[in-house]
Amino acid sequence: MITAERKPMEEILEYVRPCQRILLVGCNECVTVCAAGGRKEVGLLSSALQMAAMKEGRTLEVKEITLERQCDPEYVEELASQVGDAEAIVSMACGCGVQELARRYKSMRVYPAVNTKFMGASERQGVWAERCQGCGDCLLGITGGVCPIARCSKQLMNGPCGGSTKGKCEISQDVDCAWQLIWDRLKALGVEDRYEENIPAKDWRTGRGGGPRKIIREDLAQ
Amino acid sequence: MENFEPIIVAFCCHYCAYTAADMAGSKRLSYPPNVKIIKAPCSGKIDAIHIMQALQKGADGVYVAGCLEGDCHFKSGNTRAAQRVSYIKKLLEEIGIEGERVEMFTMSAGMGERFAEVATEFTEKIRKMGPNPIKRAAKAAC
Repeated sequence: MITAERKPMEEILEYVRPCQRILLVGCNECVTVCAAGGRKEVGLLSSALQMAAMKEGRTLEVKEITLERQCDPEYVEELASQVGDAEAIVSMACGCGVQELARRYKSMRVYPAVNTKFMGASERQGVWAERCQGCGDCLLGITGGVCPIARCSKQLMNGPCGGSTKGKCEISQDVDCAWQLIWDRLKALGVEDRYEENIPAKDWRTGRGGGPRKIIREDLAQ
Repeated sequence: MENFEPIIVAFCCHYCAYTAADMAGSKRLSYPPNVKIIKAPCSGKIDAIHIMQALQKGADGVYVAGCLEGDCHFKSGNTRAAQRVSYIKKLLEEIGIEGERVEMFTMSAGMGERFAEVATEFTEKIRKMGPNPIKRAAKAAC
């Protein structure tokens, strides 16, 4: 999922301070799962913003809506009848959702209420960790299902480096050495010989090195 | 301010604090009438939004009262409630409202005295702090 965290309240308050009516829009997908911008978080932020306004002697009307997905125009269209007299839209979705709202509702000011962090997985309740950087050329098939791009601090193609100690990365005792994980996994699978094969230098053009990316499926595109 | 009577909302777990309140009544222990009790099946059932909305709708202080550590009828409801209370404290501080207006207490069903003591002490603390700042602002605007 795409993970996110709520922005500091002061930043959000700064955005909405000139407004009397806002539309606060959550997303039912990734940000719901990582507890950053789903229906519950929309309710909490709405309450906090209204209280902050009341404390300053102002009134703030907040209309709360949580869309199925903010990154799809079909769902974003549902807001058309809700925008009404709102002076701004505050989005609790990832950056994709915020941009989709801004693209569709061109005359509206659209503000983000969360900071989009990374593509990650849930390690346990309330803890999410980075797992993928969308490099565009997945290596997981040859690295035992552990990504050296997202999980090695140096993104080494052939690790580990000298900073690996007792399975941990030198940057922190809380960070596993990705190459230790890869080795452990290859060994468990009985394919240690794969470790001896050098992985060639990565062609970063499939990633962000090639500029903004797009996928066009000829059979689906209209 | 001298005549300020705080409104306190107490979310009480059915298995402990609510029964402790009942026990306090049976023992004829008095506690401030400012405390409005809301019975919940478990303190873990109290969501962050319930606490926020209580404050938004005019409560001056809110507390969640759950079972003693390790005694939750549903295993971990009380620890989850404590985590939520601590999250709300931080959120309130971020918007300039004192986090101390929200607290978590634990007690067993037999602790009628503790219930009365907690209710009295919390009410007095909030009385000293004064009204919820959102109400102060509204009053000043009138």
